Amino acid sequence: MFKSIKKRLLPLSLVLVTAFVLAGCSTTSTPTTTTSTTTPPALSGSFKIIGSNTVTPLSSVWAENFMKANKEVGIAVSGPGSGVGIASLIDGTTDICQSSRLITSKEIDQAKAKGVNPYEIQVASDALSVIVNPSNPVSELTIAQLSAIYTNKITNWKEVGGNDAAILVMARDTNSGTHVFFKEHVVQMAGLPTADKTLEYGNKVLMLPSTEEGVSQVAGNPNAIFYAGLGYLNSTVKAIGVKKTADDTAVKPSVETALNNTYPVSRPLVYYTNGAPTGVIKAYIDYCLSAAGQQTVLEAGFVPLSK
Amino acid sequence: MLQQDVAPTAVKVSNRGLRRRLRLGERFIEGWIFLAGLLAIVVLLGIIFILLKEGLPIFTHTPPWEFLFGTKWYPVSDPPTFGIAPFFVSTLMITLISTVVAVPIGVACAAYLSEVAPPKVNDIVKPIIEILAGIPSVMMGFIGLALLSPFVQSLFHLNTGLCGLTAAIMLSLMSLPIIVSVSEDAMHAVPREFKEASYALGATKWETIWHVCIPSALSGIAAAVMLGVGRAIGETMTVLMVAGGALAVPASPTDPMTTMTSAIASGIGNAVRGGLQYQALFAVGLILFILTMAVNIIAEMVLERQKRKFAR
Repeated sequence: MFKSIKKRLLPLSLVLVTAFVLAGCSTTSTPTTTTSTTTPPALSGSFKIIGSNTVTPLSSVWAENFMKANKEVGIAVSGPGSGVGIASLIDGTTDICQSSRLITSKEIDQAKAKGVNPYEIQVASDALSVIVNPSNPVSELTIAQLSAIYTNKITNWKEVGGNDAAILVMARDTNSGTHVFFKEHVVQMAGLPTADKTLEYGNKVLMLPSTEEGVSQVAGNPNAIFYAGLGYLNSTVKAIGVKKTADDTAVKPSVETALNNTYPVSRPLVYYTNGAPTGVIKAYIDYCLSAAGQQTVLEAGFVPLSK
Repeated sequence: MLQQDVAPTAVKVSNRGLRRRLRLGERFIEGWIFLAGLLAIVVLLGIIFILLKEGLPIFTHTPPWEFLFGTKWYPVSDPPTFGIAPFFVSTLMITLISTVVAVPIGVACAAYLSEVAPPKVNDIVKPIIEILAGIPSVMMGFIGLALLSPFVQSLFHLNTGLCGLTAAIMLSLMSLPIIVSVSEDAMHAVPREFKEASYALGATKWETIWHVCIPSALSGIAAAVMLGVGRAIGETMTVLMVAGGALAVPASPTDPMTTMTSAIASGIGNAVRGGLQYQALFAVGLILFILTMAVNIIAEMVLERQKRKFAR
């Protein structure tokens, strides 16, 4: 009995030791967080925020700040996608749904049928950015070109003034509000004379489970194209200037261009609750909409509400 | 005297009490084990029932023929279209490649462990292979994403390393442990007389393995392969992360693709309970369930034959 355990322990410890030795070459120190528990609690309770992958970085910072100020409050934020959030709201499994697209009338009907009354609060805006690798010479595209790329009609970068290389087109999966928003406003060109409601993502488009994965793919692949919320932009990727039509000037996504409405694909980021929020959830949303909360929006890389 | 008279009866009484208590305890435990066994069956029937109840209604919206052979999957469009041919083909392609990669390596490893390796090596290598089975699939996904996909991309000059081949290689690594350990057991069960007879005829080690061990353990090896196939069909997280997720019917293994499991995983979150997409995904689950069950039943049958072959 003991012998057999010993027999098994030897190789196991061998593997572990080698693993630790290898890992030791590249350890990173984890930041330690200290918490003080002196302030008296004003609010208490816990609630869930489920939904958009785009809004998650923003909601997480808000939730952290709010929990720091109110020790008795617990907030759980998760971001599988706007569609998941709205489905959870309809099924009654979340308190707040964070979304990067507006709820559809069909979803409102489904909610009403289950006795849920979606209440919409816009908490910030976002300039939906189209990103490519920094080494890609293409720096501006029209919405029509983007639509053609995402429906697999344009498959080579040289057709839009780039290198002679096949385009690797990446999108988010159907859970994502960004997937739906991008489909309506870019693929189907809503609001343009060339709008076509029957267009769909081409079947060569990669549907990725998270925004982070797409951004890291673009950072490592010179022929890739992807879209992401403004908050996901960093120095490893390049944002494309978007032109509404070929005659317009290209506009880069930024807080300013989204605020003055010159960037063509900006969108509201919203919270949905079941009926008007009350109690601790109302206090939280009030904090999000306050001056301090909107300052956080700016720091997280999103666009605050215009005053 | 008096005490001596009393003592045996007391012992008898307490003995009888003990026996009765034991019998009661036995009954209780038997009942409990029976319930536990029943629970497993109830859960299985429940799952089948839910899959049928939630999945079948989709066929009133999309006829089964169109559902199985349709190539367009647009669940969030208006009106939605559900055709799972791309997922079905992807699942078969990835499973096939991962099996083709894993089986020769797995069987060779099993042959080495069972026939060639000295006991000391065996004691070290076997637990390590078992550890490989314990690596969470999300970690395998990460490894595929970070290490394997750039390698596959540069090796085949692809536009992206996120493709069916990458997923298949990761899956072959994941089904390797089960193939090795089941086929090693099968080769171990080959009676010593067989091998000794072979050596007595002057056969080399290689000839003995190739002509005696593997053929006699063939049904066990086949069962191992089927179990590996079952693992590959059902695996979700790794495939979701590295297979790319394109909705086209894949023409080559180096195309990005979506399997049935990853289609369910990436779609079920935003499907409203009872909605069309929800039903369609449950129907995909139903087909997947039938597929894995068929594979498992075949594996079970083959394994049973192996057992009977060497039953003495």
